[in-house]
Amino acid sequence: MSAPRPQPRLDADNRAFWTGGAVGELRLMRCRDCATFIHPPRPVCRKCFSENVAPEAVTGTGVIDTFTVNHQKWHPALQVPYVIARVAIDGAPGVFLTTNIVGCNVDEVEIGDPVRVTFEQQGEIYYPLFEKIG
Amino acid sequence: MMTANDAYITGVGQSQIGVKLTRHPLLLTLDAVKEALAEAGLTIGQIDGVSTYPGRMQGYLGFSPVGVDELIDALGIRATWYAGGGEITSQLGAVVAAAAAVRAGLARHVICFRTVYEAAAMARPDEFPPLRRDKVDGSSQWTAPFNALSAANWTAQYAMRHMKRYGLTREQLAQVAITDRAHAALNPRALTREPITMDEYMSARMISTPLCLYDCDRFTDASTVLIVSAASAIDEVSCTPIRIAAMAGTVARHSWDQAEWMASYQTGPDLWKRTDYKPSDVDTVQFYDGFSFYVITWLEALGFCDVGEGGRFIEGGKRIALDGELPLNTFGGQIGAGRLHGFGFAHESVVQLRGKGGARQIPDDPRVAVCTSGGGPLATALLLARD
Repeated sequence: MSAPRPQPRLDADNRAFWTGGAVGELRLMRCRDCATFIHPPRPVCRKCFSENVAPEAVTGTGVIDTFTVNHQKWHPALQVPYVIARVAIDGAPGVFLTTNIVGCNVDEVEIGDPVRVTFEQQGEIYYPLFEKIG
Repeated sequence: MMTANDAYITGVGQSQIGVKLTRHPLLLTLDAVKEALAEAGLTIGQIDGVSTYPGRMQGYLGFSPVGVDELIDALGIRATWYAGGGEITSQLGAVVAAAAAVRAGLARHVICFRTVYEAAAMARPDEFPPLRRDKVDGSSQWTAPFNALSAANWTAQYAMRHMKRYGLTREQLAQVAITDRAHAALNPRALTREPITMDEYMSARMISTPLCLYDCDRFTDASTVLIVSAASAIDEVSCTPIRIAAMAGTVARHSWDQAEWMASYQTGPDLWKRTDYKPSDVDTVQFYDGFSFYVITWLEALGFCDVGEGGRFIEGGKRIALDGELPLNTFGGQIGAGRLHGFGFAHESVVQLRGKGGARQIPDDPRVAVCTSGGGPLATALLLARD
């Protein structure tokens, strides 16, 4: 899918997430005191209230927790169908990313499929999309 | 079980329900206010509170064209308490706020309203510009960049997981839409009055798998009003008061993708902790159905069946029909009657408990109803009783 994507407005909290793809990294905010991942990224740890948080690269693999095939053209420029999925991120317990599954037919996606991140650049944003592994 | 501190729903009212209406949204609200006042035997001078969800949204007027401040000014209301905002446990949270206010003695009779104008706004974009953002931020940035643009997309993923984990089928899900449409056919105000068949459902175009066209409500123009009154002021009211027997609402992770499951699964048990009533006492359920799948989750969350059994519970549709053991969305729900956005479920609960349902009235003198609103990270449930 190469449809135009809404662009996130970059700020201090989300910049590492949306630009990490420039160096091939999927970066999530993590607490340096208790090691909890914090997503969406915020300047404080949800678990221990530590402000000692920083973005950290994860492996970039995950598992499809659930998905849907979108058929509706919510606006005229949209190319359908496409897969929207919620991916559980390996090594970051409790973190899920809404994303697109690309590189396969829409009817080849199943819950439980292992996937790996691939980045799609549009402007300064590197959208983390996922492909099936194997 | 009545106490001097209870809150009641007294008058209820509704404007016409349509699409691409030209009547001013403030006047639609007035239509519903007048009907509610007339039913309650109250005058506007007795109203001293106003509550709404989500308040006037300047950047998205079709979604919420009328604010509390405008209504107060336009109708000459002298309020001692008011509230209106989207940061609350979904649409019926505005009724919860009003009930809390009258119980606290902050007001005696509160107009709660929800006015929607989404269909008219789409038809007249110059007057009611669509939501437009050059850049997305806040929670939208985690879904919109992947063209997960609609709540249909977010909800569909929960439904898909239910199918995989518990075996929910499209034929089971279809019973929500088929039941809604059958009931809407008996509601003179309903937006859609033609029933649909299983074949029509199964052959409808997909929106976002597994949700098809008939699993989704549609943009509507309408206003719904509920008056919440204090026990201490109930002798001013001429209609049968409906007691708010329990209320519950939840938001934990305010996110459509980080939460393990929908907020309703916490709200349901919370509701029963606050009352002596049990699910078996309930005569009718009016469950938020912006998407059909929410009905499945509410049935499970409120303990009408076990988690995972919602689909099998409504299989065949008999159980949730007007003459079934648990009549569902007797006005047609949002899928049949129109996207009244949460308030329709409370409105219809009151109509049924007063025996005013006409052709769609359920039998056997119903006394207890549950109505709900919300979806995903937000959930509100009200238990209503006629004493």
